[in-house]
Amino acid sequence: MLGKLGWSVIPFDQPIPLLVGAVVLVVILGVIAWVIVAGHLPYLWREWITSVDHKRIGVMYTLLAMVMLLRGFSDAIMMRAQQAIAYHSNGYLPPEHFNQIFSAHGTIMIFFVGMPFVIGLMNLVVPLQLGVRDVAFPTLNSVGFWLTATGALLVNISLVVGEFARTGWLPYPPLSELTYSPGVGVDYYLWSLEISGVGTLVAGINLVTTVLKLRTKGMTYLRMPMFCWTTLASNLLIVAAFPILTATLAMLILDRYFGFHFFTNEAGGNVMMFMNLIWAWGHPEVYILVLPAFGIFSEVVSTFSCKPLFGYRSMVLATMAICLISFMVWLHHFFTMGAGPDVNAIFGIASMIIAVPTGVKIYNWLFTMYGGRIRFATPMMWSIGFMVTFIIGGLTGVLVAVPPADFLLHNSLFLVAHFHNVIIGGVLFGAFAGYNYWFPKAFGFRLHEGLGKAAFWFWLSGFYLAFMPLYALGFLGMTRRMQHYDVAQWRPWLIAAAFGAMLILIGIIFQVAQLIVSIRRRAELRDRTGDPWDGRSLEWATASPPPVFNFAISPNVTGEDAYWAIKAHAKQQDLEKREPDYVDIEMPRNSPTGFVCAFFATVMGFALIWHIWWMVAVGGVGAFATFVAFAWRDHDEYVIPAAEVARIDRAIIAERRALLGLAGSP
Amino acid sequence: MSNGYDTENSVDLAPGDEHVEGGVGLRVLGYLTGLALAILLTATSFFVAGTDLVWQPSIPVALIVLAIAQMGVHLVFFLHITTGPDNTNNVLALAFGVLIVLLVIGGSVWIMANLNHNMMPMDQIMQMQR
Repeated sequence: MLGKLGWSVIPFDQPIPLLVGAVVLVVILGVIAWVIVAGHLPYLWREWITSVDHKRIGVMYTLLAMVMLLRGFSDAIMMRAQQAIAYHSNGYLPPEHFNQIFSAHGTIMIFFVGMPFVIGLMNLVVPLQLGVRDVAFPTLNSVGFWLTATGALLVNISLVVGEFARTGWLPYPPLSELTYSPGVGVDYYLWSLEISGVGTLVAGINLVTTVLKLRTKGMTYLRMPMFCWTTLASNLLIVAAFPILTATLAMLILDRYFGFHFFTNEAGGNVMMFMNLIWAWGHPEVYILVLPAFGIFSEVVSTFSCKPLFGYRSMVLATMAICLISFMVWLHHFFTMGAGPDVNAIFGIASMIIAVPTGVKIYNWLFTMYGGRIRFATPMMWSIGFMVTFIIGGLTGVLVAVPPADFLLHNSLFLVAHFHNVIIGGVLFGAFAGYNYWFPKAFGFRLHEGLGKAAFWFWLSGFYLAFMPLYALGFLGMTRRMQHYDVAQWRPWLIAAAFGAMLILIGIIFQVAQLIVSIRRRAELRDRTGDPWDGRSLEWATASPPPVFNFAISPNVTGEDAYWAIKAHAKQQDLEKREPDYVDIEMPRNSPTGFVCAFFATVMGFALIWHIWWMVAVGGVGAFATFVAFAWRDHDEYVIPAAEVARIDRAIIAERRALLGLAGSP
Repeated sequence: MSNGYDTENSVDLAPGDEHVEGGVGLRVLGYLTGLALAILLTATSFFVAGTDLVWQPSIPVALIVLAIAQMGVHLVFFLHITTGPDNTNNVLALAFGVLIVLLVIGGSVWIMANLNHNMMPMDQIMQMQR
């Protein structure tokens, strides 16, 4: 009846996960109880859970990422603490728990922090930058978000019910096969990624279509802001690469559930095929994460230098070159696993070549700053921190792209330092820059600058203190994922790294404080202009937060830096005098499809993990029925009458006029 | 499809374009043409695979050619990939997809062959373990 499920699966003997799980459960139940008691549930359901508004979905993606960042970071600080004390001792984490922690840390940070953060920012900003009212497939967008949340939920359930994978963030066979991992840990990994992978794929399809098909009048490809270009490239990669992940994990599922032999040791299975396929997805994946971050830096650097982006076309070219070359380098993740010199040489050279377009980008940002009037606001601080940090990470990347060097450094902490260097220094700093930059657009008030800068400095110094020692440890021969060790030389470095993690913790505390303080002082941080940073692209042309339809009148774009041109024009003409002709606007109706689908997907995923077959059927039929019900809907749009549009838009214009001291003019 | 140019309804139709304005009849005709061609190519493949009428080593090549022709028929008649100006996105997407598939499959075949080639024969591995 309940498959493998029983009371024995709850780890009563392990106090740490149990206690954490209990606290989290109490917090979640408390929040739910508060929402219901305070009567916020209808609002939450109407305005957020069933919302198909790209801005709301973008905010929810970002929120999911930030919550999961806390979870992923607590794993990180536990590992750093364990390695700091586990010299000649077992530390405080037993090996099977330690292995689950590093696996969960990697899985969560990539799939449930990095991905939702960048997809959330793209969702929020790209339609605004393109000057359109919504994404191409609004309901699909909601489905994508909720399926991602399902994956995150399943990973978190594994904390208390059962166990998580002990195989690392990529479940390499044969360790991940049933013979060596008979528990449900790998199944948790597989099903949460299969489900959230579908969510990511539909988000990718949606954003590619949005950029290709929905651009406002005059927004030609070469007038799009850089962030739209990197969004296009990144989502093309999602569409091309995520099916490989889904298929590879599906093969592993067949191995584990039906006794297939794709990756087993015996019966003709080939473990190297898994390495090959997973990295054919895995390398594009790192560019899926970092390309949007490059786009954010492009926007931020150009805005805060008060200059157009230097070398816009070379930037476009570099982005698309990365998009293509990222599919030609995947073997460098397994140089040491038996390929010959010719194969290694070619993939090594391709890996070095991909650094060239990235270098082009760095120079473009530097030249954008050169001669500009730079304002050191928080987003700009993150961008400058990124440039310095990412260059170090990029150079160590080129170093490990040399196969003979990789034979020394493979699976050492040098490698761990390298990829944290590019992912934290690139993706996460980019996400934080974007979060500080676009927060006023999403909510109508700025984030507190002082606390933001404090968070930045603690993150930056903490990052260097935590990861530079790992480079040294790599040279000293320490391999990754060690639960304990006996080498005296390593210890000081590991203790230093643990202190680095503490600094990052302080940085995170400052970020939480920044959010709380900003919400409490939102009146004085209010952004009434819609354009708090003197921005250059169209998202700043509308109010903050934007009305549900984004733009009352579709903007007409005549060049790059569309909003800058509009502002320059308006200054000459003392704002546009003539009232535009408002028309009715059709917007997509809210739909619970995404939430209901994800509910059934959660049921199905959980049942599949625990082999509860009747519940699998319930979940599967429910999800399919939801889809059918949505497909047979009669009304999918509602109309905002022209009078209402006019009322909202006049209020926005009146507010801007008042700010400009033009209150008297008609 | 060729008679599409003569009818008065299809003023400016790219090769492979669907007769959106030409009424249901013309559209069905397009799909039927595609179906007939697809069946023809499939039947030919099955026939060629088992026949001894042609030079035997040419059979795999023939099958590959027929398979590629089959893909072409599907793209033109069913997916309506055309050379028209409004179809640039579709053509580019197709080109990108084909390129990625070639890279991943070609790369995988090359890598896996290389790995197999470098692997010591099984009896020698067994000897080493002894």
